[in-house]
Amino acid sequence: MEDRILTLVTFFPLIGAVLLMFVPKERDDSVKSIALIIAFITFLFSLMMYSMFDPVANGMQFEVNIPWISTFGISYHLGIDGISLLLIMLTTLLSVIVMISSWNSVKSGVKGYFISMLMLETGMLGVFVSLDLFLFYVFWEAMLIPMYFIIGVWGGPRKIYAAIKFVLFTMFGSLLMLVALLYLMFMYHSFAGEYSFNMIELYKMPIPLGAQTYIFLAFALAFAIKVPIWPFHTWLPDAHVQAPTAGSVILAGVLLKMGTYGFIRICLPMFPEATLQFVPLISILSLIGIIYGALVAMVQRDIKSLVAYSSVSHLGFVMLGMMALNVQGLEGSVLQMINHGISTGALFLIVGMIYERRHTRMISDFGGLAKSMPVFSTFFMIASLSSIGLPLTNGFVGEFLILLGVYKANPVYAIIAATGVILAACYMLWMLQRVIFGKITNPENEKLKDLDLREKIILIPLVILIFWIGIYPKPFLERIEPAVKNIVSIVNSSRTASEARMSKGYKCVGDRCDTHTVSIGGN
Amino acid sequence: MLENAYLIPIYPLLAFVIIIFATRWKEKLSSAISIAAILVAVIHSIFVMIAVIGRHGVPFELSVPFIEHPLISLETGIFIDPLTAVMLLVVTIVSGCVQIYSLGYMHGDPRWSRYFSYLSLFTFSMLGLVVANNFFMIFIFWELVGLTSYLLIGFWFEKDSASDAGKKAFITTRIGDLGFIIGILLLATYAGTLNYQEVFTKVADGAVPVGVLTMIGIFIFCGAVGKSAQFPLHVWLPDAMEGPTPVSALIHAATMVAAGVYLVARSMTLFVGSAEAAMTVAVIGLITSFMAASIALVQNDIKRVLAYSTVSQLGYMIMALGLYGFDVAKDPHSHSVGYFAGTFHLMTHAFFKALLFLGAGSVIHAVHTNDIQEMGGLSKKMKITSLTFFIASLSIAGIFPLSGFWSKDEIVAATLGHPVFMFFTLLIAFITAFYMFRLCFLTFTGKPRNQERFDHAHESPKTMTMPLMFLAFLSVFAGWVGMPWLSHGFSSFVYTGELQHHGPNYIVMLVSTIVAVSGIGLAYTVYFKKKISADVLMEKFKPLYTLLLNKYYFDEIYDKVIIKPLLAFTRMMWWSDANIIDGLVNFVGWFTIKWADAKMLFDKYIIDGAVNGAGTVCMAASWLFKYVQNGSVQFYTLVVITSAVGVIIYKVTPEGFVYYFIGVVVVALARFLMKMNRPEEGNVETEPEG
Repeated sequence: MEDRILTLVTFFPLIGAVLLMFVPKERDDSVKSIALIIAFITFLFSLMMYSMFDPVANGMQFEVNIPWISTFGISYHLGIDGISLLLIMLTTLLSVIVMISSWNSVKSGVKGYFISMLMLETGMLGVFVSLDLFLFYVFWEAMLIPMYFIIGVWGGPRKIYAAIKFVLFTMFGSLLMLVALLYLMFMYHSFAGEYSFNMIELYKMPIPLGAQTYIFLAFALAFAIKVPIWPFHTWLPDAHVQAPTAGSVILAGVLLKMGTYGFIRICLPMFPEATLQFVPLISILSLIGIIYGALVAMVQRDIKSLVAYSSVSHLGFVMLGMMALNVQGLEGSVLQMINHGISTGALFLIVGMIYERRHTRMISDFGGLAKSMPVFSTFFMIASLSSIGLPLTNGFVGEFLILLGVYKANPVYAIIAATGVILAACYMLWMLQRVIFGKITNPENEKLKDLDLREKIILIPLVILIFWIGIYPKPFLERIEPAVKNIVSIVNSSRTASEARMSKGYKCVGDRCDTHTVSIGGN
Repeated sequence: MLENAYLIPIYPLLAFVIIIFATRWKEKLSSAISIAAILVAVIHSIFVMIAVIGRHGVPFELSVPFIEHPLISLETGIFIDPLTAVMLLVVTIVSGCVQIYSLGYMHGDPRWSRYFSYLSLFTFSMLGLVVANNFFMIFIFWELVGLTSYLLIGFWFEKDSASDAGKKAFITTRIGDLGFIIGILLLATYAGTLNYQEVFTKVADGAVPVGVLTMIGIFIFCGAVGKSAQFPLHVWLPDAMEGPTPVSALIHAATMVAAGVYLVARSMTLFVGSAEAAMTVAVIGLITSFMAASIALVQNDIKRVLAYSTVSQLGYMIMALGLYGFDVAKDPHSHSVGYFAGTFHLMTHAFFKALLFLGAGSVIHAVHTNDIQEMGGLSKKMKITSLTFFIASLSIAGIFPLSGFWSKDEIVAATLGHPVFMFFTLLIAFITAFYMFRLCFLTFTGKPRNQERFDHAHESPKTMTMPLMFLAFLSVFAGWVGMPWLSHGFSSFVYTGELQHHGPNYIVMLVSTIVAVSGIGLAYTVYFKKKISADVLMEKFKPLYTLLLNKYYFDEIYDKVIIKPLLAFTRMMWWSDANIIDGLVNFVGWFTIKWADAKMLFDKYIIDGAVNGAGTVCMAASWLFKYVQNGSVQFYTLVVITSAVGVIIYKVTPEGFVYYFIGVVVVALARFLMKMNRPEEGNVETEPEG
C-alpha cells in the first residue's frame, strides 16, 4: 500500500473523469453524483495517506521511482513530505467541497464541467507529488487545460478574455521554465555523466553561481506569475472574478499555492545561492504586494474582486515568510498557504452563495443581510475574521510565525508587513459593514432565504479547520517542521559556503589563503 | 482553587458555546446560563483571591506548550499574582452586575440570546487576558477582546452609526496593536521568550540593552494606547457609546479599556528598565487625561460625558504608572506610590464608573434620550438611580471617605517630585469634580426641561436597580482596602518591588479634598443655584467652547489628514492597476497582435511578393530572351559587329558612344516593334552590351 497510495490518490480522479465520459450527458444527476463520489473517495484515500504519514520521519515518504523514459533519465518518481502532504489534503478536501457547491450553480454542460474538475484535481495533485522535474512540468501544464475550460466555458461575462489571459500568463512563465529544465538536464549530464530529472539528485548538484542565477530566474518567473507576486498579478482578479465559484475556490485555494510550492520545492533547495541573492528583491516585491493588494482591495466595488485582491496581499505574506529562510518564517509560510486556501476558499464560496440568490456581487447592492440571513452572516464574519488573522483563527498562527521569522531576518520588513494586518482589518470590516450590517435598503434583500443544509455542509468543514488550526496548530506544524528544516539546512549550508568563499576572497594574499573560522549564522 | 483557576475564563466560554449551539431559541434560559456562569466565576475568583493572599505575593504559574520551536516556544498558561487576582474579581463582579442589569435594560430585544452570548464571549476574552502567563497569550485575548467589543458596539447594527463605531473601534485599536505586536517580536528576538517571568528576569538581569528596552516599552505601550483610548488613539471610545449602555459600562468603563492599564502594570519591569519609555507613558497619560477632562466639560450627551471622563481617568492611571517607572528607573529605592496608585485606581474606578454608566443607562431607559439638556428634576422620579449616581459622582470627584478619594489621593501622591504633573493632576481633579456635578445637577435636579419626557419617566425595574445598589456599595467601600493606615492593605498587596509601607500624606489629602470640593462648589453655583449663568460663560469663552465642543477637531483632522488621502491614494492604486500594470499587459497583447498583423502584411507583400516576384522576373526575362536567341547567324553577326563598333567608339570618344548607343537602341526598338506586329518573322535586334 505504501508505494501505491500516492498513485492512487493522484490518479483516482482521472479514472473518475474517464468513467464519467461514458455516462450519457442528459443524466445530470448521475454525473454530479458520480463526480462527488469520486472526489469523496479520493479524499478518503488522502485521509488514509495522512494517517499513514509518519510526522517525525525525515525526508520523502511513500516514494515510488519507476524509470519512464530512461534515455533521458525521466522517471515516474513520486514522494511527499509534510509540505506536500498538507497541500494534498487541502486539494482533496476543497475538491469535494467544490463538487457540492457546483451542484446547482452549473446548469449547462454539466458533464464537461465535472470531467474538467476531476482532471484538474489530478493535475494539481500530480504537481504536489512529483519528485521528477519532468513529471512536475507535465502536471504543471496539464492542469492548465481543464482550468482554461472551466473559466472560459462556465465563467462570467468576460470569461474568454480572462481565460486567455490566465493561460497566456502562465504559459509565458512555464516556457521559460522548460528551457531552464533542459539546461539543467544537460548540466547534470556533464556533471554526472547521465541524464536525470530526479529532484533529490539535482539538489546535490553544485551549480556555478552565474548559471544558477539564470536558471533560478527562469523558474522563479514561472512561479512568481502563479503566486502571483506583484507586478505579475493582473491575471488574478480577472480570472477570479470571471471564473465560476468553484473555479475561484480552486484557483485561490490550490492553484496559487503551486507557485509558492514551486519556490519551496525547487528554487530554494536547488538554487540556494541564487535564492540568497534574490531575497531582497522578492521580499520587497512581496511587501509591495501586501500593501498594494490591501489598498486596492479597499476600493473594490465587487466583493469577489475584493477577495481576489486580498489574495495578492496574503500571498505576499506567504512569500515574505518564505524569504526569511528560517524555520519560523518557512513554517508560517507553509501554514499560511493552507490557511489562505481555507479562508479565501470559504470567502469565495460565501460570495458564490449570495450571488446565486441575488445575481449581483456589488457591495452597494447589499446591506443589512445580518437581519435577513443571520446564519450566512455568521459564516461570512468567521471567514472574514480568519482572513484578517484574528487570534484563535488559523490566519493568526500563520501570520504570527511569519512575522516572527521575518523579524529575525529583517525587522524593517516585519514592521512594514505588520501594517498590512491593519489594512486587512480595514477592507474586510468595511466590506462586512456595507454588506451585512446597517439597514436593509434594497427590498430584494429582505426576503432572501438563509443558507440551506447543502450550503452549511460546504462551509462547516472549513470553519472547523479555521478554528482547529487557530487553537491547536500542533498537528499541522509538526508535520511541516521536518520538511522545512531540511530546506533551511540546505539553504544555510550554501550560505555558509558562499560566506566562506567571500571570506576567502578577502583574506587571500598571493597563493596563501586563510580558510579557517567561518562563523555560521543561526538558522 | 489556584490550580484550576484556568477554569475562570472557561465558565463564560462554556456559556457562550451552550447559548450559540443549544439554547439560542430559549431566551430566558440563555440569559440564565450566562449569568450562572459568571456567578460561578465570581465565586471562583473570590477563592483565588483568598488563596493568593495566603501565598504572600508568590505568583502561581501553570502552562502547557502551544507551539514548540527551537528558537522560541509559545505556551498557553495562567499566571496568578495579586494583580491578576484583583483584576479577576473586578472583571467578574462588574460583568455579573452588568449581565443582571441587562435583564431589565435589554428587555424585549429581538437578539436577546445573542446579546448574552456576546457578553459571555467578552467576559471569557477579558478573563483570559487577565490570567495569561505570557505576551503571546495576552495578545490573543487582547485581540479577542477587540473583536467582542466590535460585535457589542455594533450590536444594534441596523443603526449605521453603531456599525460605524464598531468598525472604528476595531481599526483604531488595531493601529495600537500593530505597535504591540512589534514590541512582542522585539521581545521574542532579544529575550528569546515571551513568558512574563522569564522576560522580566532577563530584563532585570540586563540581558536586553536599554535602547532596545525603550523601544520595546514604547511599542508595547502602543497597544495600551489603543485599548485604553489614550491620546492620540482615543477617538474611538466616545463613538463606542453607540453600543447598548450596559455594554458601555462593562467594556468601555470597567474592563476592556482597563486592559491597557493592566498591560502597562504587568510589564512594569520593562518601564522600570527604561526611564525614557516610562516618561513617554507618563506624558501620554497626562495629555490624555487633561484633554479628555476638558472635552467632558461641554458635552451634552450623558454617555459621552462619561466616556470622556473614562478616557481622562485612564490617563490618570497610565500617568501614575509611568511616573512610577520613571522614578524607579532613576532611583531603584524610590518611594514612589505610582504603581500602587495606578492599579488601585483601576479597581475603584471600575466600580464607580460602571455604576455611573449603569445609572446613565437607567436614566436613558426612562427618558429615551441621551441629551442632558432635555432632562432635569429626575431625582423626584428615580430615587435609587439618582442616589447611586450621586454616590458614584462623589466617589469619582474624590470625596472622603469614598473609594475614589483613596485612590485619587494616591495618584496625586505619585506626582510628588514632578510639579508640572502635580499641577495638572490637581487641575484635572478640579475639572472632574465640576463636570461630574454639572452632569448630576442638570440631570437630576432643577425643573424638568422637557415635560413630556419627564412625565414618562419612571424608576427602573429591580433587575436594574439592584446592581446599581451593589455597585454603589462597592463605590463607597472598595477603596477602604487601600487606606494608608492599613499596614497590609492594597499597597503592599500588589507591590512589585521591595515591600514597603506608605504612611498617609495629610497635606495631599487636604489639598485634593479642597480641589474636589471647590469643583463641586462651582458646579453647584452654576447649575444648581444658577448664580452664574452657564450661557454667559459659554459666550465669554466662545472660541474655547467651540474647540472643546468639537473635541479639538481630532476626528476632522484624522479624516482630512489620514483617511481621505489614504482613500484617494487607494483609488489611484486601483487606477494604476487597471491602467498601468494591466495596461502594460494588455499592451503586450495588443502589440503582439499588431506585430502579427504586420508580419502578415510582410509575408503577403514582401516574402510572398519576393517568391512570386522571382517567378515573374524569370518569365519576363525568358520572354525577352527568346527573341535574342532566335538562331539567325546574321543577327548574331549584327550584334557582334554593333558591339565591336560600340567598343571602338567608346575607346575613342565616350561621349560619342552615348549617341551611338541611343541610336542603336532606337533602331533596335523600332525593329522590335515591327517584329512584334509580325511575330512569325522572328528577326529581332536587341540592346547591345555596353
